[in-house]
Amino acid sequence: MSEPTTDRPPGKTAALSLPSIRGVGEMRHLGLFGALALLVVVGLITRPDNFATASNLVSILSLAATIGVITVGATFVIIGGGIDLSVGAVMALASVWATTLATQSYGPVVMAICAILVGTGAGLVNGILIAYGRLVPFIATLAMLVAARGLAQRMSDRKTQLIQSDNAALVDLSTTRVAGIPLLVYVFALVVVLGWVLLNRTTFGRRTYAVGGNPEAARLAGIDVRRHTMLLYALSGLCCGIAAILIMARTTTGSSTHGDLYELDAIAAVIIGGTLLTGGRGTIMGSILGLLIFTLITNLFILNGLNTSDQLIAKGLIIVVAVLLQRRNLKERAP
Amino acid sequence: MSDNVARRGFLVGGLGGAVLLASGCTSNEPAAAPSSAAPAPAQATGGNDQPGTKVVIGFSAPAADHGWIAAIAKNAESAAKQYSDIEFKPVEPTNDINQQISAVESLIAAKVNALVILPNDGQQLNQVALQATEAGIPVINLDRIFPDKLAYRTWIGGDNYGMGVAAGHYIGTELKSKNVSNPVIVEIQGIATLPLTQDRSKGFADALKTYGFKVTAQQDAQFTVETGNEVATSLLQAHKKIDALWNHDDDQGVGVLAAIKEASRDEFIMVGGAGSLNAMKEIQSGTSVLKATVTYSPTMASSAIKLARLIAQGKGMSDLVENQVPQSITLASETITKDNVEKYLALGFES
Repeated sequence: MSEPTTDRPPGKTAALSLPSIRGVGEMRHLGLFGALALLVVVGLITRPDNFATASNLVSILSLAATIGVITVGATFVIIGGGIDLSVGAVMALASVWATTLATQSYGPVVMAICAILVGTGAGLVNGILIAYGRLVPFIATLAMLVAARGLAQRMSDRKTQLIQSDNAALVDLSTTRVAGIPLLVYVFALVVVLGWVLLNRTTFGRRTYAVGGNPEAARLAGIDVRRHTMLLYALSGLCCGIAAILIMARTTTGSSTHGDLYELDAIAAVIIGGTLLTGGRGTIMGSILGLLIFTLITNLFILNGLNTSDQLIAKGLIIVVAVLLQRRNLKERAP
Repeated sequence: MSDNVARRGFLVGGLGGAVLLASGCTSNEPAAAPSSAAPAPAQATGGNDQPGTKVVIGFSAPAADHGWIAAIAKNAESAAKQYSDIEFKPVEPTNDINQQISAVESLIAAKVNALVILPNDGQQLNQVALQATEAGIPVINLDRIFPDKLAYRTWIGGDNYGMGVAAGHYIGTELKSKNVSNPVIVEIQGIATLPLTQDRSKGFADALKTYGFKVTAQQDAQFTVETGNEVATSLLQAHKKIDALWNHDDDQGVGVLAAIKEASRDEFIMVGGAGSLNAMKEIQSGTSVLKATVTYSPTMASSAIKLARLIAQGKGMSDLVENQVPQSITLASETITKDNVEKYLALGFES
């Protein structure tokens, strides 16, 4: 909280210095693109016949879509200096709430709205507890993780809730293709674009960097830090709600088991993407590239018939290497 | 077009399943309503079903975190209800080892005539089962086995190795009858670290070997819809043409089927595992790639109650020569196909 050691300029100047921060981010993306390219080469060499096909690319994007939407929200929260551990559980809760028979009787549109409201509502609760209740984000969202998962189990009676045939329109998000690509991938792309615009082209985005970089300076510059923090968590919740719609479309179900350990995948993707866990720096593009690297690894391992244990080792190594490289980058760039 | 029809069939099946889920969605209490689709166990021959000495049967099982466990509790209760000479004493289900131990202790203190226990962990409840046996109460060990044979009178449970064998034989015969050589056989496991998963896979591989086939690719999921969906999506990309697929668990199978439909694939046969109602409806529809499922049936709880009653009354199993109930009963994993699915529908459990 105290800032005598900080080298970041406070308030409006923080906003003004944004282009340079973004510049650092883009340099870092070169490394991510490099890693991605390397994985693609590995794929081309090991499974030339299966990897570079249109249908495999569509599969990778479809697999990335659900957690990708969550990653966009997580990027905002982490740039804003917080953390959201509840994302997977909130998504599960939203999927369960939207697929109860009561909700299903109102049709697919209401189901989708329900998922979004439940997600945003849970995020808002997180935000209020953290911003106004002064709870540490780690603790508040950990509590939400446990509670939301429990509530989801209660509501579903721990059963898998199938989407009824009347509401098949929701499943069409996954099965209907436009230009060969399932609709849910377009939803993912739309969320990424909107997230990018919000972070880079609006006051809300500039404030997010300011609040995460130095909350005290942001407050002195006239930003309502508490309100902004609350909104960041609500935004993350909103993303979980959208992700719930996508997972319902993909699996044709709502279930309290959905989204298990998503929080770790999302945080890992954000970190690999170059966002600082301490807040103030980071990009949406980086997070998405980080996520694609993870998704690509899973895909490559399965294509080559390797088991999940090896995947986990590879993912762990990548996180460590990514963070080590970033630290070197930051040092090189230090004045 | 054909895959569109298949999807409709699937969703109609889903509707049936969802309707049956109604009680689960509208109330927060565990679905204990014995009226809904309670399996009706076959009547025993030889007069064993005639009312005998009144017996109190204690029952302890884990909390229902999976449709299968929920069905275990429901089946035990409805089996007990069939007999006027049984007083059924279930204890609060729990996933906490400590609580289950005290629950069993309370049943021992209540001097029940027989105990049916599905332990959270056989190792950790062994001691309390031993206490019950020493107190003169016969223990019927359900599915998860106590390591110490002194701890229980009779064990009844499913056969994981046998599930793999049943799936392997079904796939083997189907592919042989189609004269497929060098078939691509794909296996989607549950949680790979569990011994039960390893048993299932071993049985599958062993049975396939008798046909000269082997598993081409194997991946593990987590027994959940979502992980089943993820793994299947990539597996379908890895293998452009598949001849047969065995998925270990029908609940995760919902996700696997969604991935198959999304990829518009129908060139192979799929076999499930466990025997959920959803899977049975899917098989019944005839339009799905899911052609069969091999059971690991929660009806074993109904049988355990019947065995507890016979043991407590000092009777044997009337179809056998022996005067006493056997020490161990392993259920056969039965193969459900379109031809016999009618017979099993009443036994299917909601996943």
